Amino acid sequence: MESGIKYEDIVQATVSAIQRAETELPDDVVACLENAEQEESSEIARSHLQAILKNTGIARRHSVPICQDTGIIILFVEIGRKLSPLPDIEQALIEGVMKATSAVPLRPNAVHPLTRINSGDNTGDGLPDIKYYLNNSEELRITAVPKGAGSENMSILKMLNPTEGDSIDRLVLETVRNAGGKPCPPVILGIGVGGSFDKAALLAKCALLEPVNDMDEKENALLKKVNSLGVGPMGTGGDTTALAVHIRTAHCHTASLPVAINIQCWANRHATAVIGGNGKWNII
Amino acid sequence: MEYHLKTPLSIEDISPLRIGDIVYISGKVLTARDEAHKRILETPLENMPFDLDGSTIYHCGPLIQEKEPGIWQPVAAGPTTSARMSAMTPQLLKKHNVRMLIGKGGMDNVADSMKGKCVYLAYTGGCAALAVNSITKVCDVHWLDLGMPEAIWVLEMNEFGPLVVGIDTGGEDLFRNIREKVNENLEKALR
Repeated sequence: MESGIKYEDIVQATVSAIQRAETELPDDVVACLENAEQEESSEIARSHLQAILKNTGIARRHSVPICQDTGIIILFVEIGRKLSPLPDIEQALIEGVMKATSAVPLRPNAVHPLTRINSGDNTGDGLPDIKYYLNNSEELRITAVPKGAGSENMSILKMLNPTEGDSIDRLVLETVRNAGGKPCPPVILGIGVGGSFDKAALLAKCALLEPVNDMDEKENALLKKVNSLGVGPMGTGGDTTALAVHIRTAHCHTASLPVAINIQCWANRHATAVIGGNGKWNII
Repeated sequence: MEYHLKTPLSIEDISPLRIGDIVYISGKVLTARDEAHKRILETPLENMPFDLDGSTIYHCGPLIQEKEPGIWQPVAAGPTTSARMSAMTPQLLKKHNVRMLIGKGGMDNVADSMKGKCVYLAYTGGCAALAVNSITKVCDVHWLDLGMPEAIWVLEMNEFGPLVVGIDTGGEDLFRNIREKVNENLEKALR
């Protein structure tokens, strides 16, 4: 039996999810920035935070990208097991990215790694970066995550010795220190601990999608240490170096301890299209 | 202090600026990032298609829409990470009388090469929609073969800011000062 979800539904839902992610900063991130602006003691830092809030408002009102670095597009796709057979999802997602590039519009950012030749439409070998997951629902979820280079370039992965668990805080603080103003602080830190070389990085990336303020005691304690550094918004000093720290763990080999730190700028952009079994969809 | 300056700039215009001051810029501003810097350094003076004397360079790869052939509309134009241009900047300043660099995040080891001739100003990273509000016209584009982000866009701007003076003509560097403090704080945080 054919699924009620048509190829064109997936294309359109992908375009809409990208459009929403690029132009509307999620409410929890905005609330966090507003709170930081109220509590910030440095005048220059406050001026940066005010500019950020003003910028975010303009982007939302005029439906234009928040940042000119519209990123490379990462798509987290969750496929419900109860759905009937689906059309060619992969091709539909790629077409969605191409269409969004002219519709939003997006800056063409995808280049060959060595020739640096730009594909012009944000697609290429391995782009968009699509990650598939299965769940038990009867819906298809597409989460669009535009990832800018400024913060991605400051991210790190380190294979620690298994006995070096106590040095993770130092690694985090040194990474934030070394990054300085380059990743557009205030940042959000996604930290992946355990798994494998690539699993740790994926854990770190997924951690960035958690509700910003939903932190446990350990995460809050690390956030406090990060903010005691005084890097401040844009690296010009202040109390607000990070808005949040999110840690995700996975079991790993007894002989290894991979740790990945994925840095996200204040523009923590993401939006999800939820497509029902009947092909009707909405953006959350 | 707060300053409102108009490009092109002279040494007299920029020498009163001190780190931490706020500046608003009006007039022509040229975007240039990695590939454009490389090409400026490779291009002999007589072959340069634009003049950098008294110029303001904005580390920015804008998103610009071509409404109809040759009619450009800016969509998003925030700053890019200036540090990527650090290594090429001393040579750039030796070759051309660039008076102001605008970007984000600070620059590494360039303060000495800027002494007495150029300032670095930091704009708030990510504020691309806000920056577009101060662009009154896209005057010209050079080297579009480098791709939209890497091309040189000549923008007419009105009261572009607030910009924070990050490196002044006296060789003072706000980002370096903050980094030194952060180093002290890091050891305290881990104690």
